[in-house]
Amino acid sequence: MSFVSYLLNGISLGSVYAIIALGYTMVYGIAKMLNFAHGDIIMVGAYVAFVTITGMGLPIPVSILLSVIACTVLGVAIERIAYKPLRHASKLAVLITAIGASYFLQNMALLIFGANTKSFTSVVTMDPVVLADGQLSISGETIVTVLACILIMAGLMAFMRFSRAGRAMLAVSEDDGAAQLMGINVNGTIALTFAIGSGLAAIAGVLLCSAYPALTPYTGSMPGIKAFVAAVFGGIGSIPGAFIGGILLGVIEILGKAYISSQLSDAIVFAILIVVLVVKPTGILGKQVQEKV
Amino acid sequence: MKNTAKRMKGNTATYGIVVLAYILCEIVMRTGHMSSLMKGLLVPLCVYAILAVSLNLTVGILGELSLGHAGFMCVGAFTSAVFSKCMAQTITVPTVRFLLAVLIGVVCAGVCGLLVGIPVLRLRGDYLAIVTLAFGEIIKNVINVLYLGVDSRGFHLSIKDVMSLNLEEDGMVIINSAQGITGAPTDSNFTLGVILLLITLFIVLNLIDSRAGRAIMSIRDNRIAAESIGIDITKYKMLAFSISAALAGAAGVLYAHNLSTLTALPKNFGYNMSITILVFVVLGGLGNIRGSMIAAVVLTLLPELLRFLSDYRMLIYAVVLIVAMILVWSPGGIALRERILAWNPLRKREKEVQ
Amino acid sequence: MKKLVSLALAAMLALSVAACGSSDTAGEQTTGSTDAAGTEAAEGGVLKIGGIGPISGDAAIYGQAVMNAAQMATDEINAAGGVNGMQIEFKFEDDESDAEKSVNAYNTLKDWGMQMLMGTVTSTPCTAVVAKTAEDNMFQLTPSGSAVQSIAQPNAFRVCFSDPNQGLASAQYIGENQLATKVAVIYNRSDVYSSGIYEKFAQEAANQGIDIVAVGEFTADNKTDFSVQLGKAKEAGAELVFLPIYYTEASTILAQAKSMSYDPIFFGCDGLDGILTMENFDASLAEDVMLLTPFAADAEDEKTQSFVAAYEAAYGDTPNQFAADAYDAMYIIKAAAEQAGITADMSVSDMCEAMKTAMTEITVDGLTGNGITWDADGEPTKEPKAVKIVDGKYTAM
Repeated sequence: MSFVSYLLNGISLGSVYAIIALGYTMVYGIAKMLNFAHGDIIMVGAYVAFVTITGMGLPIPVSILLSVIACTVLGVAIERIAYKPLRHASKLAVLITAIGASYFLQNMALLIFGANTKSFTSVVTMDPVVLADGQLSISGETIVTVLACILIMAGLMAFMRFSRAGRAMLAVSEDDGAAQLMGINVNGTIALTFAIGSGLAAIAGVLLCSAYPALTPYTGSMPGIKAFVAAVFGGIGSIPGAFIGGILLGVIEILGKAYISSQLSDAIVFAILIVVLVVKPTGILGKQVQEKV
Repeated sequence: MKNTAKRMKGNTATYGIVVLAYILCEIVMRTGHMSSLMKGLLVPLCVYAILAVSLNLTVGILGELSLGHAGFMCVGAFTSAVFSKCMAQTITVPTVRFLLAVLIGVVCAGVCGLLVGIPVLRLRGDYLAIVTLAFGEIIKNVINVLYLGVDSRGFHLSIKDVMSLNLEEDGMVIINSAQGITGAPTDSNFTLGVILLLITLFIVLNLIDSRAGRAIMSIRDNRIAAESIGIDITKYKMLAFSISAALAGAAGVLYAHNLSTLTALPKNFGYNMSITILVFVVLGGLGNIRGSMIAAVVLTLLPELLRFLSDYRMLIYAVVLIVAMILVWSPGGIALRERILAWNPLRKREKEVQ
Repeated sequence: MKKLVSLALAAMLALSVAACGSSDTAGEQTTGSTDAAGTEAAEGGVLKIGGIGPISGDAAIYGQAVMNAAQMATDEINAAGGVNGMQIEFKFEDDESDAEKSVNAYNTLKDWGMQMLMGTVTSTPCTAVVAKTAEDNMFQLTPSGSAVQSIAQPNAFRVCFSDPNQGLASAQYIGENQLATKVAVIYNRSDVYSSGIYEKFAQEAANQGIDIVAVGEFTADNKTDFSVQLGKAKEAGAELVFLPIYYTEASTILAQAKSMSYDPIFFGCDGLDGILTMENFDASLAEDVMLLTPFAADAEDEKTQSFVAAYEAAYGDTPNQFAADAYDAMYIIKAAAEQAGITADMSVSDMCEAMKTAMTEITVDGLTGNGITWDADGEPTKEPKAVKIVDGKYTAM
């Protein structure tokens, strides 16, 4: 029975990774850049929700909405100020700028909110579901997180497939030059990608802190890195890949902790990542790009 | 030929800068004008300069993004510190002990680089980056669970706790898991640091100018073309990668022997450190060895010199990173720079000479 | 293009070297002027005490508490006439809880003219800095560096308990009060404080008839999810979970234990203090948690209450035990300096020698204990207090 409960915990943690990884993977697919500041946008989202719920006493749906809006604006602003001028620069330059943006957000949060850990009130009010005579208890957070992840996943897939904007995104990720010639607003599409990714990060932040309530200016950085690993795991640039990668990473992490070694669980996660990439060099669902001479 | 001559001149200038800086620092120090802060920073500056130069070999010359450079530094640091701690009583001349430690650290890091390189170099681009990051984290994670002790019966290893080492009375715990190594002799000093830096520069600059170096750069510029003219891609990639790892190991040795405590925290050997080194390399210019050295020195000094700003200094560091990148790389920044250059008469003359 | 970058960087380098060169003289100038100001204010000159700790980075909360409380104590002491007629000048430097940065901070303070060091806040940097203060023979009193090696040198003393002491005391307390026989431990393996307590606790447990049925470890990189560690404790039927960790992680552990309907006794050390003051913390989660701590912000005595009130007024936060340690540290320095007859014109090394002797002679009543005394090895002797959280408040046991 404990196995089932570990598995559920793993899926729950993995769902959070998956939502964060979606942001990474969408941005990578379109702007071909690793947005290292993504993890810190999660933290900002959680802080906004914290301030609006605890400080202002707003109802939970309103504050989640506010947090999503704040992060969307922030994401687009970062793109406009820090990344857009470097659209055609070396990839490494963009990477360093992203790292700069990440440091900036962390230190800004440190200045505004202080270093004290805040205790985040869970946005889930559901009672744990108890099964099998109390041997298995599933928390409300787990259920909501997993459901949210599946919904977001399905919504995003539908958006990409059926909406004009979504198809424009696909076109830009395929070949931005050609897309521009076809009359697609490339800058607008990239901004939209950042907006969606950052909005999702806000939701991920709220869910993450509901399950693990300690909120500090550094809350986002480790889940951010793990989600980045998850995105690569599943094949960066692929939306279903981010989903699969996230869930797998969460499950491996928890089961590794439970049955192999609790301190080596990160090493196990990374070792499996290496094995997967060596066998399948572009991740589980990644596209094999044929190189041209 | 002309190109070679120019290169040689550039290389001499690079060594010259280091020697000059060394002499300058020694003079300031000898005459008692150097602040304690500066004195304490001299060895770390060498450490970061070596790291930046060695990473430039992977990122700038080989053209592969590595996010796990701190892992190799970690290997060098820990293996050499274990050696020095064991030999503290046996070899009493600090310099000899340190040089042996360097040898051990470099070899271990190099071997580690070779082992990591085998699977890693099959991958490309961001996938390679993430795998190097993963290796760096694994190395750090493993060291953080390791207990190593020594007594009259030899070495004891455990990943559980100190008690399970079963040391005898006279035993000594060397690596105390996450608490790291304490009490290894602090053998490094500025002179040794500068010598290591010069050796690093010598190795890297000569490699770049050699046949192997040209092969490595041809792989960077066009892998398929390089392969088609018969360059053994795997061999040269491995060569560059493991040399880069070995030199990072040397930096680790210097780092480990500078302080009396050595722990593998996320901050000093995790991906954060790898990224810091990468920042040096990118800001100094990819493939520009002198540039990465100077960037390492400037960016290490910057937060220390900004101490008076206390709460705001890391924020300013972040802004500097973003602004520097935009100024150097964005079209607007380039245009601005050209306007400034056009105005500068000194620069103009230089252009005419060329 | 590359040339330009390297040129710009070289220019920056030249500037920074120049700045370094001149910082020396600049430093002397400011020293001179403050000295002058100091002599105007007090006859006895100025005593320069430096502090080091993390005020940025993820351990910033501890460093900020120490910085604030030490500054508060300094202001109080100065207002009351100073130490031997000397005014204290206190300066705090950031080390981000990193050994290398900590040594840089130490050197910066030395350039400023520091005569004694009150720091460092966290253990690993403390171990690095203590080697440097020993070289310079500077007196060092750490408020909260609790690892054994943190005060390995004869010039270093501390205010807090050492880690093994806390582990020992916890095991003895649990054993003597027969709180439980089946105990699980969840500790932070990458933290010196946490593993130091755990190791001693595990050794002593056998003597106390305590059976450690589950050990859950986590590391700094892996501290979001504790469901596995809690699950193992639950499965093994532990009646008590020992948490020798800081309250940030403990708050998550408590929340997760609740969500999996697991309700053992939770027992912690001084690191848990502060959990009730965490902004927006649901105190019902911490109901019946026990902890051994030398300081509790809700204690009834007058000294604690006036300290807490003053701290809240000045910084808007409830002080934690780090703040209390730092506040005590400044008064301990005062007591020892008065005992030793320190004057501002003594050399750093003479001061250290005098302070070393004086420390073993004084007895201090502070926030973190009454009648605290020190051995020559730097360890304090004081009683830990056990408190239990009842109705969201500390209650003495």
